[in-house]
Amino acid sequence: MIDGSVTGSSRPAHASGLAIETTALTKRFGRQTVVDDLALSVPRGSVFGFLGPNGSGKTTTIRMLLGLAQASDGEISVLGERMPQRLGSVLPRVGALIEGPGFYPFLSGSANLRRLDSADGFAPSGTRSARVARALDRVGLGHAADKKVRAYSLGMKQRLGIGNALLAPRDLIVLDEPTNGLDPQGTREVRSLIRSLADEGTTVFVSSHLLAEIEQMCTHAAVMRAGKLVAQGTLDELRSAGSTRVTVTTPDTDAAAQVLRTLGLDPGHPDATGATVTAALPEAIAPEDIVSALVAAEVRVRGFAVDHASLEDLFVALTGEGFDVVQ
Amino acid sequence: MSSSDPTAASLVARRTRRSLGAGFFASELAILFRRRRTWAMLLALAAVPILIAVAVRISSSGSSGRGPAFIDSITQNGLFVGIAGLTIAIPLFLPLTVGVVAGDSIAGEANTATLRYLLVSPVGRIRLLVVKYLAAVVFCLAATLTLSIAGILIGIALFPVGPVTLLSGDTVSIGDSLVRSLLIALYATVSLLGLSAIGLFISTLTDAPVGAMAATVVLSIVAQVLDSLSQTEWLHPWLFSHYWLDFADLLRQPIEWSSFGQNALLQLGYVVVFGALAYGRFSSKDILS
Repeated sequence: MIDGSVTGSSRPAHASGLAIETTALTKRFGRQTVVDDLALSVPRGSVFGFLGPNGSGKTTTIRMLLGLAQASDGEISVLGERMPQRLGSVLPRVGALIEGPGFYPFLSGSANLRRLDSADGFAPSGTRSARVARALDRVGLGHAADKKVRAYSLGMKQRLGIGNALLAPRDLIVLDEPTNGLDPQGTREVRSLIRSLADEGTTVFVSSHLLAEIEQMCTHAAVMRAGKLVAQGTLDELRSAGSTRVTVTTPDTDAAAQVLRTLGLDPGHPDATGATVTAALPEAIAPEDIVSALVAAEVRVRGFAVDHASLEDLFVALTGEGFDVVQ
Repeated sequence: MSSSDPTAASLVARRTRRSLGAGFFASELAILFRRRRTWAMLLALAAVPILIAVAVRISSSGSSGRGPAFIDSITQNGLFVGIAGLTIAIPLFLPLTVGVVAGDSIAGEANTATLRYLLVSPVGRIRLLVVKYLAAVVFCLAATLTLSIAGILIGIALFPVGPVTLLSGDTVSIGDSLVRSLLIALYATVSLLGLSAIGLFISTLTDAPVGAMAATVVLSIVAQVLDSLSQTEWLHPWLFSHYWLDFADLLRQPIEWSSFGQNALLQLGYVVVFGALAYGRFSSKDILS
């Protein structure tokens, strides 16, 4: 676990300012452990990316957070209240899209939203039509409000699912793979929607198996692998946990590599074109010292860069590469 | 997906107390009676007495003295068509339609993936079960009333109508006989309460609505088969289908209510038992659909 700020399990959740907190959350199906000893802490007001490859237990976790599935072990608190014991007072403040949209195909988009809104005991029926129209406008479905959902495309259903999460003012919005089935334009719109929700102070918990999606909009992230949490924290914390590399662009690659070696770095072999030398940067060495050493050795430096490993690299390092679904 | 729309303060307001769920019940009924399937089933039920009446009218050349109860009475008085239709529909057609509605109740929501969204809206699980059951009861009432009213209307159209001679030999006015027809429809509705509860329970067991519907209908047939075997006589009073056709007491003067009461008590027992089973199953079920 890379995370430094692990949740204090002794602290009561309502005092912690966390929108979601789990301790030792575990879910077993028969002999298979799908979620294993999960300690999530999602700060209020954050846009929290919940990452992991397919089959890593993200959706099962979300189902437990929302009281759809029972935890085999561990505790959950959402918006400061225990779940699922306080489900009736927590869920009206939570909007959710869970593993794809679900709608009645024989009803129109707006009739579907009215139906789901009527299931919320705290939603006033007087403003129902206005709130439904507003939610539909917000996800760009105003023109298709009266169309049967049967005639919706996958992307439109996905938008309608997000619209459902926006029917009432929410303190927390949980979006499970919100950009599934959306075209690039739709993906951008979802991103800007999430940003605008965050600007209003709503905590957004968004899961994805695509890192690139999350990286652009999240303040915090957690990474799941095979049911376990392997990293959690702010994006900066996660990035700094990855290795840092220096890259020297120079015609004198051999000389540069020699300088780096004397400083204790391991540049390996210069790349084939002979234009750059790269090496992992230990924390003990300041980049500016490397530059002055290179200049002192009369290496003609054309470029010098210090890069944090991209989150992509980190994600792959944490979750493994390739198409194998983790079992 | 613009975020620039003005935040109307009134749209942010929430109820301070949770509503009882009348709005959700209304929504459930709207969904039920907006489906083409529901109307197709009601039309099919209405067709039962209409077909009987037309068949009897075409072939009527005096009473043969055979065939199901009340069929013979039709030619003398059209008001019996509704009762004859119910008698024909009770063993199979009515359980079939009730099986579809009750079997679909939870499994159908699971199948369209709307179940999880209803539950996180949140409608409580108990509330959802109660609303689903009440909607099934409303459908039972709609089904028996549709059948009765269609029968009475086609009877009036095709046959002579007049004061009705009851099984006890007394003759009552047309108005009184219409009231009794409604009572018999009510009796048939009560008869279906147990089966509806069984269907609701089966519906919580699966995510495949067709399976739940089929299982419910099959159970209603099994119960009737058992009810007809003398080897299982000890079981007969406990079968939910045992009193299904015992509404003849409502056609006596004065009305004999004991069979109505017995039937209602038995159905209530089934509602309690299978309601509890449905609650036990559904309240702790992991919704993974």
